[in-house]
Amino acid sequence: MRETFTKGMARNIYYGGSVFFFLVFIGLTVDTVQTLPKTDNRENLTEEVVAGKRLWEHNNCIGCHTLLGEGAYFAPELGNVYTRFGESTEAIKGFIKSRPVDGIPGRRSMPQFNFTDQELEEIAQFLKYADGIKVARDWPPNIQG
Amino acid sequence: MKYESQSIAKLYFIAAIGLFVGQILFGVILGLQYVIGDFLFPEIPFNVARMVHTNLLIVWLLFGFMGAAYFLVPEESERELYAPWLAKLMFWIFLVAGALTILGYLLVPYATLAEITMNDLLPTMGREFLEQPTITKIGIVVVLLAFIFNIGMTILTGRKTVITLVLLTGLVGLAVFFLFSFYNPHNLVLDKYFWWFVVHLWVEGVWELIMASLLAYVLIKVTGVDREVIEKWLYIIIAMALISGIIGTGHHFFWIGAPDYWQWLGSVFSALEPIPFFMMTLFAFNVVNKRRRDHPNKAATLWALGTAVMAFLGAGVWGFLHTLAPVNFYTHGTQITAAHGHMAFYGAYVMVVLTIISYSMPIMRGREAANARAQVVEMWSFWLMTVSMVFITLFLTGAGILQVYLQRYSEDPMSFMATQEKVEIFYWMREGAGLIFLIGLILYIISFFVKGEDVKMLGSSVSIEETS
Ligand code: HEM
Ligand code: HEM
Ligand SMILES: [Fe+2]
Repeated sequence: MRETFTKGMARNIYYGGSVFFFLVFIGLTVDTVQTLPKTDNRENLTEEVVAGKRLWEHNNCIGCHTLLGEGAYFAPELGNVYTRFGESTEAIKGFIKSRPVDGIPGRRSMPQFNFTDQELEEIAQFLKYADGIKVARDWPPNIQG
Repeated sequence: MKYESQSIAKLYFIAAIGLFVGQILFGVILGLQYVIGDFLFPEIPFNVARMVHTNLLIVWLLFGFMGAAYFLVPEESERELYAPWLAKLMFWIFLVAGALTILGYLLVPYATLAEITMNDLLPTMGREFLEQPTITKIGIVVVLLAFIFNIGMTILTGRKTVITLVLLTGLVGLAVFFLFSFYNPHNLVLDKYFWWFVVHLWVEGVWELIMASLLAYVLIKVTGVDREVIEKWLYIIIAMALISGIIGTGHHFFWIGAPDYWQWLGSVFSALEPIPFFMMTLFAFNVVNKRRRDHPNKAATLWALGTAVMAFLGAGVWGFLHTLAPVNFYTHGTQITAAHGHMAFYGAYVMVVLTIISYSMPIMRGREAANARAQVVEMWSFWLMTVSMVFITLFLTGAGILQVYLQRYSEDPMSFMATQEKVEIFYWMREGAGLIFLIGLILYIISFFVKGEDVKMLGSSVSIEETS
């Protein structure tokens, strides 16, 4: 780099630039948090959904699936599974309940978690809530996720 | 080695390499589960193997960063480490906590682990990369604080250099952003939004400071180029990293329910993120071309150049590939993401840790550089690991493009599982490349034990400046 561009100038760009953009980021974060009620489906964040989210976490579902496109890429997207399963929580519960304990020979399979009926309902309600979040351009591109 | 306490780094590096082996073994298991779905099922389901793979990666990189700091900071600060005993104590605490956590993943169902570690008291588990029990997370914070205190006191009471100050800033940032892992709101959108404060602001923020300072340190040592020049580069690189990377976090806010302006902000700023990585490449080659001496450790120079190039490819090129919102609409959460994740992590953070290990390990073992035969073996391992990682990335990119087409783009979209079967061939090839990577890693370890005659520093001012 040329002599006209000194170390001091580089240092000032570093301090000035990072502080400035960090403050902008904080401002945007405040705005985002304030705007979220319009999209984040919090009106449907019931006790059951909260319990369902905890079950989702305690069984590490994200270790195989994506949820709104984040997670692992081994198993289907679940942010729209409620829609994909014909808007039926019963269908979701039926699927989870019927996973064979020893898997399906030669194929990827989901573990049998032995959830109680109550827990199945909570998980299904959580997935329904997630599906209700208003996402830009209604991602994913189609029902297959 | 100028200061006794630098040798603590050796412990950290040995642990790092050991955990790296574990990470890759589980990578190979995952790759096999992709094609033989019931492999090890139900004993080690995919999600468990994946947690082990990714958490080992993060933990060994942290061991690597800490080791690097313990080696470099005393020398830069021109004094012994503030509290060597604390560094040793923290090493064992971190190792035991890490080992117990991994054993917990493997030995009991995850739900049971959550229960026995009382996750309900402060629920933080079950989110990608942050799967560790809350008690482990607290342990990580304690270790990081003790580490930063130790390094910080050494730096602040000794000679302060730009390298150590940038490194310290990066490490403090690492600890601060990790605190967001304790925030787990019920609201899924908020949860996701702040989850990225750990993940993105680490790898595309503060870790870049750590990476750039380690690279700058090794380059000063192996090239003998003037500090003034190196420091100017360092400032401008990290300036660009933070200017682009902070708002660049927005490239993760496209489809999680956040406001629409993130589509623009995230696309534009993250599109600038390749710049600091490109500058690192320019910087590394520039400095090596202008070198004032020929350091006998050729392997370390190769790792340093390799880091710059591969980080640019993995983070810069493969990151840019899917970072614009209209593209990300289709590629979000597909094998394209996995392709990028692999090359970026390897190229930037794995390689920079291996660079500093390559430079410092011979010194801690009482010589300037490993013997010529050992270096040849090490360079073979460099090429095997690096080239196989390029192929892993290419195969996953192939799988990803097909996946996007079949599942998301074509007239008549296929289901996820049907698509996975269609792209199976790419997963087999990825597994093959993964095995080569493992061979490269084994060779890397062997290189530490290859015997031969020591290489001496050539007359220290062989002038090669004319060539640049
Ligand atoms: C033998 C070589 C390797 C194989 C076969 C392998 C395989 C895998 C597989 C199958 C996954 C899970 C993808 C999914 O969620 O569906 C994964 C995830 C991951 N691996 Fe590897 N891996 C290997 C080496 C590495 C290396 C060397 C690194 C680090 C440099 C690494 C870093 C990661 C990361 C960061 C993830 C999470 C990716 C994401 O969420 O996008 N892996 N790996
Ligand atoms: C060394 C630096 C980097 C590392 C280690 C890294 C690693 C990763 C990983 C592991 C993921 C997957 C996260 C998940 O599991 O959800 C990811 C996602 C992503 N990265 Fe990076 N990255 C780096 C730099 C970059 C850069 C510079 C760009 C842009 C130019 C970029 C663009 C993206 C995008 C757009 C995604 C989201 C993919 C999706 O929508 O599924 N990354 N990165
Ligand atoms: Fe990012």
